[in-house]
Amino acid sequence: MADRILRGHVGIGPKVTGEALVADDNFSARYDLDRLEGVFSRPTHKLAGRSYVGRVLALNVAKGGVATAWMLREMAARGMCPLALLLNFANPIMAQGAAFGGVALIDRFEVDITNAIRTGERVTVDPEAGAVTVHGRGSR
Amino acid sequence: MVKLNGEERAMLAGELGEPRKLSMEHILQVGGFFDAEDLVEVSHVHLMADTESTGEAGLGYLEMLGAYPEDERRVLVPTVTDPLGCDFAKADRINHPREFVAQERRLSAALRNLGILITQTCINYQTILPPVLGEHLAYGDTGSSIYANSVMGARTNFQGGPSALAAALTGRVPRYGFHLDEHRRGTNLWELRCRPESLSDWGAAGAIVGRAQSSYWEVPVIVGVDGAPTSDQLKQFGAALASFGSTPLFHMVGVTPEAPDLASVFEGAPPDAAVIARADIDGVYSAYRPGDDKLDVVVFAAPQLSLVEMQQVGLLLRDRSVHPDVTVLAATSPEIKAACDRMGITGTIEASGAVVLEGVCFYQMHAREIGEANGWRRLMSNSAKIVNILGGYGYEPVLGTMEHCIDSAVAGRIV
Repeated sequence: MADRILRGHVGIGPKVTGEALVADDNFSARYDLDRLEGVFSRPTHKLAGRSYVGRVLALNVAKGGVATAWMLREMAARGMCPLALLLNFANPIMAQGAAFGGVALIDRFEVDITNAIRTGERVTVDPEAGAVTVHGRGSR
Repeated sequence: MVKLNGEERAMLAGELGEPRKLSMEHILQVGGFFDAEDLVEVSHVHLMADTESTGEAGLGYLEMLGAYPEDERRVLVPTVTDPLGCDFAKADRINHPREFVAQERRLSAALRNLGILITQTCINYQTILPPVLGEHLAYGDTGSSIYANSVMGARTNFQGGPSALAAALTGRVPRYGFHLDEHRRGTNLWELRCRPESLSDWGAAGAIVGRAQSSYWEVPVIVGVDGAPTSDQLKQFGAALASFGSTPLFHMVGVTPEAPDLASVFEGAPPDAAVIARADIDGVYSAYRPGDDKLDVVVFAAPQLSLVEMQQVGLLLRDRSVHPDVTVLAATSPEIKAACDRMGITGTIEASGAVVLEGVCFYQMHAREIGEANGWRRLMSNSAKIVNILGGYGYEPVLGTMEHCIDSAVAGRIV
């Protein structure tokens, strides 16, 4: 299967490759995560109980409060951070957190990003280009 | 490309020191992400920082900035803080884990070292320096931001801790989002068919509107409010709206300054209104109704309580005793706490066995670990915002009116 390229707005952070974790739900580090255990902890979240560590998270919009702006840097320092964030719409807090924490972030895709990637697919996130490459089976 | 003037270019080049250079680099990253054309000067900053959020990484960053000479590290505009993460005087009373207490002392020192005023309040718009119509700000709490934007007509985006810090060290933020007229127009319409009564009713109404907002860029407009709500009612409404919706602006026609009428907030014909009836508000309470009557802790916070709210808590607890199996916490700002001390309100509340917390807001003070240390699971509050947040912290939150919360605390079970 050939690689697919999804285009969004120019993002923030480093180019990374990893495995996607996808849901039609929203994201806030304070509201949704147990940052010590590295899992989604909000009982009503569609990824409740799932580990997010080292995954490329593809979710709908940034929600919640302002704490994520600090938290992503701490999560990265402790090795308890998502590898990248792909959102249909980020908010300033997510952008500030990505910039402060050095975490890859892209939003404003041409398609609904939660429909365009499946959990388990291998993706390369290139914030400078505003592009996500979804690797076909067997490609690296 | 974000345009910079001469002073801004000098900061970026490091001519005014490394802290301002790092701050300008951060501002340009965020500004570029949102296609800001240039920067806007802000008159003051509200900085959110607690060690649960900063962790060692953020705390280390603040301490690193503090090692630079004073003329390079001092903030350029008046900067006040959101609640910090520990009330040192009550830490033992609520079993606040000691490692966090020590971290919080370092945080206070680090912030003070940068010239930041340690106000420890999320109700700074009520107690410190109320914003002014059209004033550009960098506010760092969702509740304070939505109040400043909506009720006062000031202009801010959500400026999380690192960005508020960058704003404080440069006096600038990127000009995008709610600093611009075009983002302050209404995008959806709500009709209140009933008058919310209690503060928790206003929070529930805010939750309903907030839950329906699809992104940060939505601006709900509310009609049907007959007569101005109080500052505390708007505080609860806005805090819940911002918490559930992650949106920093609403207009309330006939109440808030940018919405004298519908024509002022919508281009052309307004959209159809979604209706909020009494049953909808009752439905918010029902969503948090537990399966049994067990109760561990009652929290009044998020936002911190005003002097009037503290007086109400005192009147409801006067000559009553909190049940020994339940803890009651009421969080307020240092300024309001001092006023409550002076007026006998703190004494009345604490005579019941309840605890007055100063300069904190519970969910920003390692609430998960404090809950585990005390065996708290079932939590009751009149704040829709706090019940929204604490579900992810291992609590079973219940929403009730202030009266319902206190009657339950006295009974030792949810009545």
